[in-house]
Amino acid sequence: MADYLLSLITFFPLLGMLILLFIPRDNEGLLKSFALAVTLVTFFISLPLAFDEVFATSGGMQYREFHEWISVGSFFKMNYSLGVDGISLWLLLLTTFISPITILSTWKAVDKNVKGFMALMLLLETAMLGAFVSLDLFLFYFFWELMLIPMYFLIGIWGGKNRIYAAVKFFIYTAVGSLLMLVAIIFVYYYAVKSGAPIDGFGVQAFYNLAIPSSAQHWLFLAFAVSFAIKVPMFPVHTWLPDAHTEAPTAGSVILAAIMLKMGTYGYVRFAMPLFPEALHTFIPYLALLSVVGIIYGSLVAMMQEDVKKLVAYSSVAHLGFVMLGIFALNMQGMAGGMIQMVNHGISTGALFLIVGFIYERRHTRLISEFGGLAHKMPIFATIFLIVTLSSIGVPGTNGFVGEFLSLVGAFESDLRWYAVVATTGVIFAAVYMLWMYQRVMFGKITNPKNENLKDLSAREIILMVPLLVFIFWIGVYPNTFLRKMNPAIELLLHQVKSKQVAVVEPVQPVIAQNIVLK
Amino acid sequence: MITVYHYMILSAIIFSIGTFGVLTRKNAIVIFMCIELMLNAVNLTFIALSRHLQNMDGQIFVFFVMTVAAAEAAVGLALMIAFYRNRESIDTDDFNMLKW
Amino acid sequence: MYDYLWLIPFFPLVGFVFNGLFGKKIRNEAVIGGIGTLMIFLSFLVSCGNFFTLLNDSEKVHQQVIASWMSVGQLQIDWGFLFDPLSALMIMVVTGVGTLIHLYSIGYMHGETGFYRYFAYLNLFCFSMLMLVLGNNALVMFVGWEGVGLCSYLLIGYYFDKKSAGDAAKKAFVVNRIGDFGFLCGLLVLFWSLGSKGVWTFNFVEIAENAHLLQTGGVVVTVVTLAFFLGATGKSAQIPLYTWLPDAMEGPTPVSALIHAATMVTAGVYMIARLNGLFGMAPDTMMVIAVVGATTAIFAASIGLAQNDIKRVLAYSTVSQLGYMFLAMGVGAFSAGIFHLMTHAFFKACLFLGSGSVIHGMHHAYHKAHLHDDPQDMRNMGGLRKKMPITFITFLVSTIAISGLPFFSGFFSKDEILWWAFAGERGHWMLWLVGAIAAGMTAFYMFRLVFMTFFGEQKTDARAKDHIPESPLTITLPLMILGTLAVVGGFWGIPHALGNIFGHMPNYLENFLAPVFEHTQELNGLEIKPEMAHSAALEFGMMGVSVGIAVFGIFLAWVMYIKNPALPGKFVASFTGLWRVVYNKWFIDELYAAVIVNNCKRIGTFLWKGIDVKIVDGIVNGTAWAVKGIGGGLRYTQSGFLHNYAMGMVVGVVVIVGYYIFG
Repeated sequence: MADYLLSLITFFPLLGMLILLFIPRDNEGLLKSFALAVTLVTFFISLPLAFDEVFATSGGMQYREFHEWISVGSFFKMNYSLGVDGISLWLLLLTTFISPITILSTWKAVDKNVKGFMALMLLLETAMLGAFVSLDLFLFYFFWELMLIPMYFLIGIWGGKNRIYAAVKFFIYTAVGSLLMLVAIIFVYYYAVKSGAPIDGFGVQAFYNLAIPSSAQHWLFLAFAVSFAIKVPMFPVHTWLPDAHTEAPTAGSVILAAIMLKMGTYGYVRFAMPLFPEALHTFIPYLALLSVVGIIYGSLVAMMQEDVKKLVAYSSVAHLGFVMLGIFALNMQGMAGGMIQMVNHGISTGALFLIVGFIYERRHTRLISEFGGLAHKMPIFATIFLIVTLSSIGVPGTNGFVGEFLSLVGAFESDLRWYAVVATTGVIFAAVYMLWMYQRVMFGKITNPKNENLKDLSAREIILMVPLLVFIFWIGVYPNTFLRKMNPAIELLLHQVKSKQVAVVEPVQPVIAQNIVLK
Repeated sequence: MITVYHYMILSAIIFSIGTFGVLTRKNAIVIFMCIELMLNAVNLTFIALSRHLQNMDGQIFVFFVMTVAAAEAAVGLALMIAFYRNRESIDTDDFNMLKW
Repeated sequence: MYDYLWLIPFFPLVGFVFNGLFGKKIRNEAVIGGIGTLMIFLSFLVSCGNFFTLLNDSEKVHQQVIASWMSVGQLQIDWGFLFDPLSALMIMVVTGVGTLIHLYSIGYMHGETGFYRYFAYLNLFCFSMLMLVLGNNALVMFVGWEGVGLCSYLLIGYYFDKKSAGDAAKKAFVVNRIGDFGFLCGLLVLFWSLGSKGVWTFNFVEIAENAHLLQTGGVVVTVVTLAFFLGATGKSAQIPLYTWLPDAMEGPTPVSALIHAATMVTAGVYMIARLNGLFGMAPDTMMVIAVVGATTAIFAASIGLAQNDIKRVLAYSTVSQLGYMFLAMGVGAFSAGIFHLMTHAFFKACLFLGSGSVIHGMHHAYHKAHLHDDPQDMRNMGGLRKKMPITFITFLVSTIAISGLPFFSGFFSKDEILWWAFAGERGHWMLWLVGAIAAGMTAFYMFRLVFMTFFGEQKTDARAKDHIPESPLTITLPLMILGTLAVVGGFWGIPHALGNIFGHMPNYLENFLAPVFEHTQELNGLEIKPEMAHSAALEFGMMGVSVGIAVFGIFLAWVMYIKNPALPGKFVASFTGLWRVVYNKWFIDELYAAVIVNNCKRIGTFLWKGIDVKIVDGIVNGTAWAVKGIGGGLRYTQSGFLHNYAMGMVVGVVVIVGYYIFG
């Protein structure tokens, strides 16, 4: 059983989708319940991973699966190679955890073509899970592109007024990045074959040990970096995000924010950084700069938004700036901070999008100016909204603080100290835009008569928020549950990145040259 | 003595006639027949060269071409009938809906 | 006994969870208020137990680790508590005053719809404040630090349907966040700089032990302490971040008493005292702190002179008194600062609760008369001493204490600060002078308040005049206890010069706190200048001067508001410009709004509409338009005529084949 656990987790939603196609399309209740059941079962199948102590001791890949998949002549070999370590573990679990919540959130929101919607959601889950567990670059690319298609349709069919524009923009942005990455992947493979290094098809772990010449590394790294930067998204390739988020249906926004954005940061950690450590070294200052600019820029722009959903979307740009800054610190604290902030962002921003969804379902508008005084009519909603807001601001005791703090500690320890100082101002801006929004939506008197008859959250809505709230506090108060199992994998990763940096960089250390000149 | 060149030249002539017909005629059925002419020109080349090179591959290809041509004839004629039902014409100048 | 330290913050947390989850269903004020009060009272009892154990314990520093919080590589942070004389004193103040204010709130908040919400927040506040005080490392302190800020936000915004309350709450949180930015930066630089010396720690005890690894007066220490001080200015409402505190008076009055007078706002002072080892090593920072403290003291006092809202006067008074505490920290008089923190907690809490009692009475009267006048405007009060005798007496006693008249608590603590400001190694006569003048202003505006409120003719609307009652016992009992403390609280820390008169009574407080501060003070020479140290005459002289200034302030208030009530009007008329500037708080809020807030908004809009939409999206959409345009042009090649396509194919084939054959 354990031998095929990852395959089972990954393809269970797909299996569910295939069965779902046989359910009559007018039986909407059954369609929804079935999709929910499939995602829930997937979640329970994935749970044993969370309790596996092996991650706390070993940083290597666990639950490996390996089968030959495609071979073209003797040259191209793509393998079906899966595995999970402390880095992908929590992202995998986040995916299986968020999926049932998003399905539950669509109970009332989706009213046209429920069958298609559910089928795409399940397909999307398989694609995301596959991308997190792939150890073969080609397989990763396959899942990476597979994610794009359901999301495109989710935005394009069930989206808001401007959905076609948003969907196409999203697709083209991502596709541009993907193609760059594809070229780079093929190049790396060619290089590996030509150099005669022992490789394992497109297996990424063998590629870690390649000694690619630095001039090539730079271009390859850039191709990967741009591709992932679009997905993160980093400034200035972030503009698809506000549109995609605003137009997407609630479930789409949640998935997009909670999981798909993590694909970019995960890509950096798993692929771009360990594959091209030398180039990474060159580009870190620029990337860190973009991260910091993203933090400030995202915050300032978020502050001025009139649409709640857009505001949350821009806040994502700022939050992921913290993730990237932490990762680029290249030390234990920063990495752990970045990783845990990914999970945090998934939970908090996912929750924020759900919250926006709740009020959108009630009022069919998201303009801040349409609201005000909702706390009178919706006290439970007000409380939950406040907790999530605080988590997004990063108040200690909630998850947001742990992630931000660790990222900043890491950045302060590394050479990115000054970037970190600027990034720290992000904590001020976060409070400004989130609380200002909260105040305008929730506080004051009810001025708009349409808000008079708003109903507080239903039992279903509370149920789907509670798990998120639990994790907001859990990660905030006792993050060691998660950090413990991340640490070995991060250590290994840093070892991979740094040992090669030293090995390649040291021969040209100027110290030796200086000594010679002095003599 | 009739050499392989004679077959080649004949084939080229038939192919050119076919091409010319396709380009100039307006009646879809005639164009269709011209295409058959072109295919058979190619078949002739295949057979001739197969014989010349003492290799059976060419003849096998001819069977393929004939099969495809037959299938094409079936589909093509069906299309034309369908089109005639709509437009009461098989003049290719009336087949101009597929444009910008 | 120390094993039960965790119970101290735990009880209020239980109260918060209980009231937060079930309070709404219960609806019984007695149960909700009772639970809330009981919880903080229980932690007061545990605090007492620990406090008295510590008094008689030779070992003064105790730590208790509950669990590991974050552990990543060399970063190890625990949920841990530190119990030493400093935190012992603080928890006594927090839980003691906290209990009284909870009790008071039962009466004051009676009949409010959000009664349960109020008590939940209040308990959460106590929990956070106790975490702040008890934390054994800077991170746990930061949890409390942000937690109290959050509760402050929630409680200021308690009447959230008032726009001004919402604005004030947000302002408080954001301004505090600016301070938190400083705190975080200080924390991170400290962690890194100590770490680069081989000690990776956030633990206060370890920081104090290893502070010597950093260079005294060096850049690192100065930067770290300045950053921490920025944090302190945010939380403790000092220049330039004081503007949130006066607005914070939008919250219910007991909240102002607990959070914005007695406990939370003193967190900055506590933090500096806690990190005294570092601050002592940074003379430049100390100087900045002293100057900022003194400036704030006089600046806020000047604004207090002209306010008419009873709570605003007290708010500016709080800012001013906090300035004194920072002045004390800046001149190295750590225990004097903490002493003033304690006495201030007594008399200022009493003053706020007294003002709450007055507001409660006025509100009641207006309510009965169906009027909507402002129950906080002092111009509508007057002559209340007969209507509310208990409130009046306790208020008067506290006013005397804050004005620094001899043998009331404020006298001892304030004079010790002024003495250090004058005679300390880091002191300066200018600092003393500013402090003394501010003390005179304090006496003036506080007595102005008392005279306007309790003396003279009653100026309340005639319809409401006779409906002003004395407050119920839940309100007056805390007033009496705090009033008593405001009188006698000072005898715990009698200055040496005076102690000699009272039969060699030692300065108990200083001795008690010595284990925390002694080391730093010795190490960095933070003491009274030797030439003045033994001059009792000088010390008495300085006391005499400051008491004289205070008495003059009181006299002036008496002249202006009792003897000749027309005088203030004339004064305003002849100095209209100056009066308007002071009345409008020197237009600082407007300045901040114009310079910072508006520019941030403008930049935000520019980045959004300019960069995002025009430039980035312009490029993206421009590419799309270009592709669309080219495609649009090329589509005309698709004529739809079969012949054209066939011709194209033939030509293409001919060209390609021709190229390979003849090319």
